[in-house]
Amino acid sequence: MDFPEELKYTEEHEWILVEDDIATVGITDFAQDQLGDVVFVELPEVGDNVEAGETFGVVESVKAVSDVYAPVSGEVIEINEDLLDEPETINNSPYDAGWMVKIKLSAPELLEGLMDVSSYQEFVEKD
Amino acid sequence: MKATPLNQIHRQLDARMVDFGGWDMPVQYSGVIAEHQAVRSAAGLFDVSHMGEIEVSGPQAFDFLQYAMTNDVSTLVDGQVQYTAMCYETGGVVDDLTLYRFAADRYLLCVNASNSDKDFSWLQGLQKGSDFIDLILVNRSPEYAQLALQGPVATKILSKLTTVNLAEIKFYHFAEGDVAGIQTIISRTGYTGEDGFELYCPATEGVKLWQELMSVGLPFGLKPIGLGARDTLRLEKGYALYGHEITAEIMPLEARLAWITKLKKRNFVGQAAIIKAKQAGLLRKQIALTLTTSGVPRAGYPVFCQGEKVGHVTSGTLSPSLKKGIALAIVPATIADSDQPLYIGIRNHRILAERTVLPFVQ
Repeated sequence: MDFPEELKYTEEHEWILVEDDIATVGITDFAQDQLGDVVFVELPEVGDNVEAGETFGVVESVKAVSDVYAPVSGEVIEINEDLLDEPETINNSPYDAGWMVKIKLSAPELLEGLMDVSSYQEFVEKD
Repeated sequence: MKATPLNQIHRQLDARMVDFGGWDMPVQYSGVIAEHQAVRSAAGLFDVSHMGEIEVSGPQAFDFLQYAMTNDVSTLVDGQVQYTAMCYETGGVVDDLTLYRFAADRYLLCVNASNSDKDFSWLQGLQKGSDFIDLILVNRSPEYAQLALQGPVATKILSKLTTVNLAEIKFYHFAEGDVAGIQTIISRTGYTGEDGFELYCPATEGVKLWQELMSVGLPFGLKPIGLGARDTLRLEKGYALYGHEITAEIMPLEARLAWITKLKKRNFVGQAAIIKAKQAGLLRKQIALTLTTSGVPRAGYPVFCQGEKVGHVTSGTLSPSLKKGIALAIVPATIADSDQPLYIGIRNHRILAERTVLPFVQ
């Protein structure tokens, strides 16, 4: 299983890539593997404000519905519309083509609560 | 948790295991969609050893089954299988099952795993204090492993392992014979809508039968199939699943099972209640729905008509063949028979759903 070094992670199995004040968010390789074939993705709208810890989207496989939680607070400035037509991209490329939303951070200090790659790996192994 | 004789095989194949009604069962191996497609285009092998088997024998076996079952057992000949159900006096369903006639005085019932003990007690209860004295009921569930080999090339695969003439086993018939040197009941039945077989063998031989089938099936594209694809396969064909389309609260006629409910038959358990409900006019009816936009309907989701909640989805999924959301739902009969638009509530959305003729997939 693949967990890129440069990303931050949450206990709900989202990944976050922060560049300046923009966070790109998706679900991890572990999360997509647990879900199985992703068949439906629901995303927020551009301009929506999301709060850290609240759900902002849904990923569904044949067997399961999984909420996706915002790891950070801010305004949604871009969504990955390709996922609406090709949800399986999340299985095939969870960290690249399978990104879900870009959020303009309103409170960059909240990034403190996120896990780095080694903590996340440990967390997944315990899970 | 209960385990089938093939539990170690599933673990070696790195299947994802789930608790299915108290059984430790594989939900998927390679992935639900790939497995589903393998069964539709080639073949799949399912471990269905969790299913229960109850033997009914003795001089009164026929009369007893005619009393306990909704379908007409008198139409069966030796070597034939019948899809049938047992009802409570209320007309609600105890279980749906397949009934095998070995001889006029010997039958085997294949029942749902999670209902197996309940069904056996139910049958014992019907016998107790009745005139059915010359009758032996035996719960043989632990003695059998059961594998389902399903798909367009199932016959080709099975013919490599048996000298039994499979062409002579017609749909919903069975034969007893050797498969890979194992004494097996070869039944031309299934739950996928494809050609194929359900194979019953001694529990101790289950692993060997699986391995022999997998090894001859590999060149034909045979794949192991989990419960995830078992559900999408049966739902595309509109087959009922106990606990969803049929329950103790739903009568067979409300679930499109009039064809196995022979109301003209002499006295069966639940018959009076069902006839009464039919004469009064059925209040509810099952309908098949296809979503008009993307989304995945699931069991328990509400069905709306003119802004009101009128019923619920009993089973729903994303059809891997149609790439659309499909659902069976139960709604008032007046709404089922009307052409008023229906909507399925998915979280905070209401998605327009079209009435569809079953099966969803031909």
